[in-house]
Amino acid sequence: MTTSVTTPAPAKSAPKLRTPRKAYVPGKPRRSKLLTGLMALMVLYTVVPLIWLIISATKTQDGLADSNGLWFAKHFALWSNISDTFTYHDGIFGRWLLNTLLYVVLGAGGATLLAVLGGYALAKFDFPGKKGIFAVVIGAVAVPGTALAVPTFLMFSKMGLTDTPWAVIIPSLVSPFGLYLMWVFAAEAIPTELLEAARMDGAGEVRTFFQVALPLLAPGIVTVLLFTTVATWNNYFLPLIMLKDPDWYPLTLGLSSWSAQAQTIGGDVIFNLVITGSLLTILPLIAVFLLLQKYWQSGLSAGSVKE
Amino acid sequence: MKTLQPPAAAEPRPAPPPAKKDRRSWTGWGFIGPFVAVFALVFLAPIAYSIYLSLFRDQLIGGNHFVGLDNYTQALQDSQFWDSLARVGLFLLIQVPIMLGIALLVALALDSGRLYGKSFFRITIFLPYAVPAVVATLMWGFMYGTKYGLVRDINDAFGVTLPNLLSPDWVLASIGNIVTWEFVGYNMLIFYSALRVIPTSLYEAAEIDGASQWRIVRSIKLPAIRGSIVIATIFSIIGSFQLFNEPSILRPLAPNALTTDYTPNFYTYSLSFNGQQHNYSATVAIIMGLITMVVAYVVQLRGMRKGA
Repeated sequence: MTTSVTTPAPAKSAPKLRTPRKAYVPGKPRRSKLLTGLMALMVLYTVVPLIWLIISATKTQDGLADSNGLWFAKHFALWSNISDTFTYHDGIFGRWLLNTLLYVVLGAGGATLLAVLGGYALAKFDFPGKKGIFAVVIGAVAVPGTALAVPTFLMFSKMGLTDTPWAVIIPSLVSPFGLYLMWVFAAEAIPTELLEAARMDGAGEVRTFFQVALPLLAPGIVTVLLFTTVATWNNYFLPLIMLKDPDWYPLTLGLSSWSAQAQTIGGDVIFNLVITGSLLTILPLIAVFLLLQKYWQSGLSAGSVKE
Repeated sequence: MKTLQPPAAAEPRPAPPPAKKDRRSWTGWGFIGPFVAVFALVFLAPIAYSIYLSLFRDQLIGGNHFVGLDNYTQALQDSQFWDSLARVGLFLLIQVPIMLGIALLVALALDSGRLYGKSFFRITIFLPYAVPAVVATLMWGFMYGTKYGLVRDINDAFGVTLPNLLSPDWVLASIGNIVTWEFVGYNMLIFYSALRVIPTSLYEAAEIDGASQWRIVRSIKLPAIRGSIVIATIFSIIGSFQLFNEPSILRPLAPNALTTDYTPNFYTYSLSFNGQQHNYSATVAIIMGLITMVVAYVVQLRGMRKGA
């Protein structure tokens, strides 16, 4: 029933992260119906809004107003809502989706790459200024990101970067949390002896990194990639200040502009499309999280995560 | 800010022996260089630029000129700033303990081994983390509404009239609920991950001593995950001080309740992008950043003290 905890032993040929133990409870834990019931209430709180969103996405604008929120309206309009979402305003929603993917691939992908390289350096090398770098980066986490937004906007506008995708991508490239996680992960997952051996055999630093270190870092990389993806996919404030042109909006900004237009005089009220678009925006992320469960859970345990 | 303590057993090992130290001492820079370069561009440069901006003023007559600390004295006497700060202060005093308390209870319940269907609970409660703040806010905003929302359905079904959740009296609590919904699962997962790596030997010892479940929670589990509780508290406080997304997206639904200076961040945003007062906006942002850092630091010191 119980497995003992493996302390991070000195390098073995196949380094393993500490595996989280099985629940250890004295004797046999009695399953508790009361506790399960309480947790079910918690799940209701979490899930009811999502159920409301799914059901509401099947309703027309009129159906939203005259049917109960947690039950279907007479007219099942999900498919027409989806096609309307993609055709409204010359299909701008599709463009927003592609923009979001672009920001995720370049922003989150780049952030992960930089974090992996940096974390590897912090874990396995000694270099001038190492302590300083780490202190400054951790200190920077405490600086409110939005406090940086206004000066960043002014700097970027002087460089002529505002209202281009670069204004969203470049700031997304830095993930202090990702760097920290990769540092902890690399320290545990890569035996220094292995690197020494590769160097003895005459492999250069670059080759050593790619052929020896990178494969060992894979689980950590997936975790960091997931969290930077969520951060980029869900980003709102940064694109809000950097972008004027709706053609470059990510999904989040697009949806809030659709929602806001209902409040303007003579604006087109399209709440059914806001709701359907919202559902389409969260489905990919939820799918990714469910599919990659194994990875992010083990990655979190590795670093006892903090962000 | 002092470095956060990495969890025990995750301490990086000392660097390789300095045999060929000279040749290798700069190799590490090759790997960390790209990160540092971008970091300098998007973190350090804006901070420096912000400080520079806060010391100047752009006036119609005389253009841009140095005004020393005038912007700061103006900010410290600015009632709009203090009101917004008081609002997020109240928000964090109530919302953060509630959110982290629930997250902790759920994590302990998951760790107790007494639940049916544990992994189902873990995943479902975590899911809202994958929902963007924009979508969460739009969704809850609809549900709060009396025209389309669940509030309307409850009123109809039970013949009651719930208070208007988007009215000035209630809107802060409504925002608190949205933020709690978004992050309770994420914090739960952090606590749960920390609980999973408590050495079994401690539980064995407790069993020999005949300790009760509650005693084990109080004397073993809570002290063991104290570090992650402190970290989660610090990040939640930073998040509360930065509150912007939820009020700004809810604003169209509650224009009377949510003014453009509702939170410090909303205020700096409005100053800069609606009022073109970049210098003053940078000043308010710096003061806010300093307050955040001081509070985070105090929490860390208090939290890491033994026997607190």
